[in-house]
Amino acid sequence: MHEGMIAQNLLAIILQHAEEHNAKPTAARISCGKLYAVNDEALCFAFDALAQGTSCEGMQLQIEHKPLQAHCKSCSETFNVDFAKPKCPNCEKGDFELLPDAPLILEEIEFEELPCNDWQKNKTHQE
Amino acid sequence: MQKINVGKKILGANEEYALRNNLLFAEKKTLCLNMISSPGSGKTTILTRTINELKDKIRVGVIEGDIQTDIDAEKIRTTGAPVIQINTEGACHLSAIQVNRALTQLPIDGLDMVCIENVGNLVCPSAFFLGENAKIVVLSVAEGDDKPAKYPAIFAKSKVLLINKMDLLTATQADFDIERVKTDARKLNKDIEIFPISAKSGEGMYSWYEWLEKQVKNL
Repeated sequence: MHEGMIAQNLLAIILQHAEEHNAKPTAARISCGKLYAVNDEALCFAFDALAQGTSCEGMQLQIEHKPLQAHCKSCSETFNVDFAKPKCPNCEKGDFELLPDAPLILEEIEFEELPCNDWQKNKTHQE
Repeated sequence: MQKINVGKKILGANEEYALRNNLLFAEKKTLCLNMISSPGSGKTTILTRTINELKDKIRVGVIEGDIQTDIDAEKIRTTGAPVIQINTEGACHLSAIQVNRALTQLPIDGLDMVCIENVGNLVCPSAFFLGENAKIVVLSVAEGDDKPAKYPAIFAKSKVLLINKMDLLTATQADFDIERVKTDARKLNKDIEIFPISAKSGEGMYSWYEWLEKQVKNL
C-alpha cells in the first residue's frame, strides 16, 4: 500500500497550492508511469482518508496511467509494453529495451474559484 | 471552476533525499544496494552469509527495514558488521529520508558497501528510489516460478535476481521451473544478472560474491 505515502505527498502539495491561491480545491489530475504500480482505488481511498478535515476533503482524483514504452532491438520499433505478452508487436521478438518509465506527476488542480488577480498571475485557464 | 497547471513530481521530496544519499555514496566511493523481496525469501540469511564470507575483502554496513522488531538487525550484528534498524511502524517500504537519517549513524567512511534490506514486500518498495546503485531482487523457490510474470515492476528495475533456497529444489523436488523464472525475468529486463543460490548450503554463492567484488572494484 505505497499509495498511502503517495497520497500523503500529493495532499501536502495540493494544500500548499490551496493556501497560496486561497481557494478550495475540488479535483486534481495526476499522471503516472506503469512501474509505480499505482492502484486507483487504493490511492483514492488513502487520499480521501487523509484529506478529512482539510480543504481537500471531498476532492476528486483523476489518474492517468502512462504506458511503459520499449525499443525493439531487432526492428527498431517503439511500442507500449504489455507485461502479459512482453514482445514487439511488429516483429514478435522479445529482444527489447525498456524506455524510462513516466514519472509520477501532479498535473493540475481544479479550484472552486480563484481570485481574479491570482488567476492572471498563475497563467491558469478557465473551463 | 478554474484549473492551474502544477507539473510537480509527487514523490519529489523522496527523490531529493534519494539524490542526497546517492551523492554521499558517490563521494565516499561506497556501493549501495537496495534488497527487495517478499517476506521470508531469505534476505537476512543471504546478507549474514555474504558478510561473513567476504569479511576480508569487503567491509559492509547494513540498514535493516522492518515494520517492527530488531530481529533482523540482531542477526546481522552477529557478523560484527555495523547495522542500523529502521522500524517503519506499519509502512510497507523504506523511504529515502529514513535511509538518510540512518546513514548519519553508520560509519560510512570505513565501508565499501551499504546494503539496505527493504521491508519484505514485492510491490511497494520498487516505487521508492533510496539513492542506491542497484536494486537486488530476491525470489525463493518456495514462492513459485510465476513471480516475475505477476510482479513485473521489481524484476524490470533490478540489476540482479537472486533465486534463493535452491537446496529446497533438490531436496523436496519443489514444483518450481527455474527456466521459466529466468525467461520471464529476462523478457522484462534483458540484462538482469541471475544467480541461483542457497544462502543455507552455500550453493551458488561464489558467483554472487564475484559480482559484488567487481561492483566494489569498479566504483
